[in-house]
Amino acid sequence: MSDSCNNIKCRAEDYLLPETAWCPGCGNFAIREALAAALAALQLPPHRILLCSGIGQAAKMPHYIRVNGFNGLHGRALPPAVGARAANTELTVIVESGDGDSYGEGGNHFIHNIRRNPNIAHFVHNNQVYGLTKGQASPTSEQGMKTGVQVEGVVHPPLNPLALALVAGAGFVARCFSGEKGHLQETMQAAIQFPGYALVDILQPCVVFNKLNTFAWYKKRVRPLRANEHVETDWHAALRLARTWGEEIPIGIFYRVPRPTFEEQSPALRGGEQLALRSLDPLSLAELQDEFY
Amino acid sequence: MDVNILIGGAAGQGMDTIAHLLGKALTREGYGVFLSKDYMSRVRGGHNFAWLRFAGRTPGAAGEKAHIIVALNEETYRLHREKLLDSGRVIFDPELFALPQQEQRGVPVRLRALAREAGGPLMANTVAVGALLVLLGFKTAVLEKLLAETFAGKDDRVTAQNIAALHSGYNEAAAFCHDCIALPPWRSAGNGERYLFLDGNQVLGISALAGGCRFFSAYPMTPSTGIMTYLAKNQHRCGIVVEQAEDEIAAINMALGASFAGARAMTATSGGGYALMVEGLSLAGMTETPLVIVLAMRPGPATGLPTRTEQGDLDFALYGGHGEFPRAVLSATNLEDAFYRLNKAFDLADRFQIPVIFLSDQHFADTARAVPPYDFSRLRSERYLADDATLLRPYLRYRLTPGGVSPRALPGQFPGEVVLADSDEHDEAGHIIEEAAARRQMLEKRLAKLPALAAAMDEPLIYGDGENEVSGTGGGILLVGWGSTLGALQEAVDLLRASGNRATLLHFSDIWPLPAGRITAMLPQARHSFCVENNATGQFAALLRRSTGMEFHHQIRKYDGRPFTPGEIIREVLDHV
Repeated sequence: MSDSCNNIKCRAEDYLLPETAWCPGCGNFAIREALAAALAALQLPPHRILLCSGIGQAAKMPHYIRVNGFNGLHGRALPPAVGARAANTELTVIVESGDGDSYGEGGNHFIHNIRRNPNIAHFVHNNQVYGLTKGQASPTSEQGMKTGVQVEGVVHPPLNPLALALVAGAGFVARCFSGEKGHLQETMQAAIQFPGYALVDILQPCVVFNKLNTFAWYKKRVRPLRANEHVETDWHAALRLARTWGEEIPIGIFYRVPRPTFEEQSPALRGGEQLALRSLDPLSLAELQDEFY
Repeated sequence: MDVNILIGGAAGQGMDTIAHLLGKALTREGYGVFLSKDYMSRVRGGHNFAWLRFAGRTPGAAGEKAHIIVALNEETYRLHREKLLDSGRVIFDPELFALPQQEQRGVPVRLRALAREAGGPLMANTVAVGALLVLLGFKTAVLEKLLAETFAGKDDRVTAQNIAALHSGYNEAAAFCHDCIALPPWRSAGNGERYLFLDGNQVLGISALAGGCRFFSAYPMTPSTGIMTYLAKNQHRCGIVVEQAEDEIAAINMALGASFAGARAMTATSGGGYALMVEGLSLAGMTETPLVIVLAMRPGPATGLPTRTEQGDLDFALYGGHGEFPRAVLSATNLEDAFYRLNKAFDLADRFQIPVIFLSDQHFADTARAVPPYDFSRLRSERYLADDATLLRPYLRYRLTPGGVSPRALPGQFPGEVVLADSDEHDEAGHIIEEAAARRQMLEKRLAKLPALAAAMDEPLIYGDGENEVSGTGGGILLVGWGSTLGALQEAVDLLRASGNRATLLHFSDIWPLPAGRITAMLPQARHSFCVENNATGQFAALLRRSTGMEFHHQIRKYDGRPFTPGEIIREVLDHV
């Protein structure tokens, strides 16, 4: 096969483009390296991958990873990904965006794509702050965090994206930390391979704007789940893990139970042939008007 | 010579069913049929009516006087009796209400009682159709066949009961009036050509499917929803993904993702939903992703009149969306043209890699008419994609070209090559840039599509005395319109000419880029020029002024949420002539 990784280079470094515009020390670097390593481990050639993003620092990822990319609008990373999956189910579709993009501006798409269950891996760079607009609160900012806008500290309690995803019916829910790169890579691979919508909420420091949840803050609290500590099909246990946040923050795959995907259930996609490649012959559909005689 | 029938009642009483059955039957009998809906934004109660008009040639607008009123409730009679001709008839249920003593035109038919006798109260509609048939002097055979087709696959008894209901209505009305409404001449004059009977949303649905649309995402919004309903019904048969989105923002963004990955894609909405979509419209402009958006207009602002009609969103279609990018705006003028026009929208979108807005409205969407079958061989399905032989490598999605159109490859199409689309300003590869020169170059590249796009626009249709106007003898009446007012305007021109006036219509289907050649030549020749629009501010007239500096002598504007009748147009024209 000319389009497999036998002919096309798929080493981790082959996915990395030379330039980035992130701040030195940003968690995005580690996330990018983990992603490239995951794609290489899965032997996915670049032209078979589509990376969709919105707007924000995390959402610049399609410019720094050499795969197909659709860098759309703020909050709108998921809908184009769903459309692209429908058009070409041979594409591995990954959505990568920040907490503001995924949980704030894109909240409605987040909720409803969990229901829709397209075969998409959703990697959220959750640094609990707005970076690109320079330091306002995000939906996941902790109460009390002071910013230029939240001058007396954040008043609203933070959104718990993992608990929300579980309650909304997500089949794959995981939490990761950019400081645990190997763990992140493995989790990304599992999410990409999961048939259906897979959410990975990736905790990462923002070295410029989040002085509260720093690298050291996370490092002290984050703890990968031990082998056999948790059963991934236990929804209630998953919800407990999702809600565990404080002195100890567990990371790992909290829930993994597939259910029928959007693509499997779409009448037009069951046949297998890609929508994008189906031949168009208007004359063959002339009988459509017959019911109106 | 034509016949007009008004069928009115409360929402949920089934006026639609009666009107559609009769419309289809008349079409099969060889008449030109027009059927419009006037309905309220509610599921039960209120007052709704259907206006059915038939003649030798298929009418393009409703009439003003009715030969028959079917009053399913008393309110219908009260609201519409002024429209009933002196020689007309009103079918009503005497067990439901009584007509005033002086009313001589009544045809009492016990709709509900006869329906119950036949099998159930739902069949009151079928009883009414029977009564209508006898008034018009038809036999019941055509209707019996239609009923059998309608209920095919259900319990055989349903068909039998409906046919019994049809006969009982027919017989009861026959005692009062048999063949008492004179019929117009047939359309077909015996040549036997079969016509279709369908509405605007259905025509757009068929055209989209046959033209290769394979992805449709939308959020239900009157009056556009019928398109989604039609497509959903055919998703198995035609292999189209029809997805009801969580909101219009998702709808347009999903469609853009599908288009980017290679499926011909469309979305449809009305003004409020379009307001949510303009962010995505701008994204289509920036990413140069082909997309067709059907904007089925209804009166605004805000929720406005959800089930009524207006041409109030032309400016919105022309200018909605942040930033400057090329787009095309086409409009639905009538069923005959819209089938091919929507296909043109898909072709332009793919050829120029731009968003194309297709303006419909409630009047077009909901009105059914008898039209000749469509020629599917005229539909275009060329995708204008890059091919292996000519592809320059490495592939650059936004490669600079003289005409501004870059070779378009799909993700996954060429092994080893990747496709990157970006909503930020970008370089040829699709990567974010901020440099001044590169920005200018990219913006100019996108706008460079405009000359060829403008050349692809059709000049407006000329109807009436036309050519004499152009040749310079001038002196006549020139009407100008766009979109769904075509039928009313054509009839207005016919009537003006029949009464000794010289009258011409220029009617625009393609609106932007504005094809201004013909109107620039003709407008100065006209003694009396009128721009006729279904809006309050004269948006097309303003567009013409902005584009050409030319003004109309008069503007005829209607903004009560109802479509024009030819009579209204003529009365206003004659006030000024």
